[in-house]
Amino acid sequence: MKELLLIAIGSALVNNVVLSQFLGLCPFLGVSKKIETAGGMGAAVIFVITIASFLTSLINKFVLVTTNTEYLQTIVFILVIACLVQFVEMFLKKSMPSLYEALGVYLPLITTNCAVLGVALTNVQSSYSILESVVNGLGISVGFTIAIVVLAGIREQMEYNDVPESFKGMPIVLLAACLMSIAFFGFSGLI
Amino acid sequence: MKANTPIERLFNGIVKENPTLVLLLGMCPTLAVTTSAINGAGMGLTTTAVLMFSNAIISALRKIIPDRVRIPAYIVIVASLVTIVQFLLEAYLPSLNASLGLYIPLIVVNCIILGRAESYAAKNPVVPSFFDGIGMGLGFTCSLTVLGACREILGAGQIFGIQILPEGISITIFILAPGAFLVLAFLIAIMNRVNRKKAEKAGKAYEPIQGCGDCQNCSNGKCSSKFYDTDVK
Repeated sequence: MKELLLIAIGSALVNNVVLSQFLGLCPFLGVSKKIETAGGMGAAVIFVITIASFLTSLINKFVLVTTNTEYLQTIVFILVIACLVQFVEMFLKKSMPSLYEALGVYLPLITTNCAVLGVALTNVQSSYSILESVVNGLGISVGFTIAIVVLAGIREQMEYNDVPESFKGMPIVLLAACLMSIAFFGFSGLI
Repeated sequence: MKANTPIERLFNGIVKENPTLVLLLGMCPTLAVTTSAINGAGMGLTTTAVLMFSNAIISALRKIIPDRVRIPAYIVIVASLVTIVQFLLEAYLPSLNASLGLYIPLIVVNCIILGRAESYAAKNPVVPSFFDGIGMGLGFTCSLTVLGACREILGAGQIFGIQILPEGISITIFILAPGAFLVLAFLIAIMNRVNRKKAEKAGKAYEPIQGCGDCQNCSNGKCSSKFYDTDVK
């Protein structure tokens, strides 16, 4: 139990997926203009990454390792993720329309979110068990959500700031991310 | 310059539509592996290799792949190429493979590759697509090397592994995570300034670099009106 907690806190705060691992930067920089959309994106990412880390570690353990085809990992994982996203989209549309309305628009963006494939591959590389993989996936995606919501909050405040002409647009967002990244260093003493 | 010639494609990828500094694609490897100029160049060249072959193969198969399953088909092609490249690196350049680590398999989800497949290779013949891949790849390599070199000089006082500043005056944070954001912010700010001056001179409206937002939109062509010039003006 203690180990699981350590994995979760480690992947959510100490090794934050965006701010220190640099995974999933495209949505982090692109979909963070408003807190609302950032929260929706974060929720969709939590949903998909948690299921994906369960499925990929299951497939890795029972299909790839038993048939000795671990070298196909990248191909198999990305296909599983792409199909999973499609299935989740169809499933939500049919059976949970309210949830689909909240998360649906973000789902197609997630296939190419490198955090999803990144988590699947890290789980295998650190030889986590299936339960540990799910906890790790959950931690990582919660960390992503924290980072993107905080950045969106900062960006909403920055709307009214007087930014130097050349720093308008992406540079000022990157500077904000830089300061957040320094702040997240503070968590490194936690474990 | 005549559109779709090999030279025009190279120029387009390296300068006009530089994937990192103008289109803001492929941010994850850009920030993650540029702790030194060598790593940046290695990542860039690896991506170039994947990109030129994926563009060529996708362009050759563009009339065969049905429209509805094209994205999964592209992903499978790219993933196979990445796996091949990964094994080649493991065999011949183990040190580079170790320092790039997880980011080699992650080339599969690099927006540049799917973006170029969707917006260029799927609509154009094999030869221009191949050169488009080389141009985009080299543009990516150049900006990664510059970013890596800046961070290496400031953070470790070295360039390509050669000590040029006396030890003890380097600022370690530049080779840590925050330094990546900081240096990229300044590089894009410089690009913004150059573009602004150019637009002022030509009397055109100027827009700061915003980035496409998300990869899928780029590959769905929503950004193409703004960033890509597939229907060359």
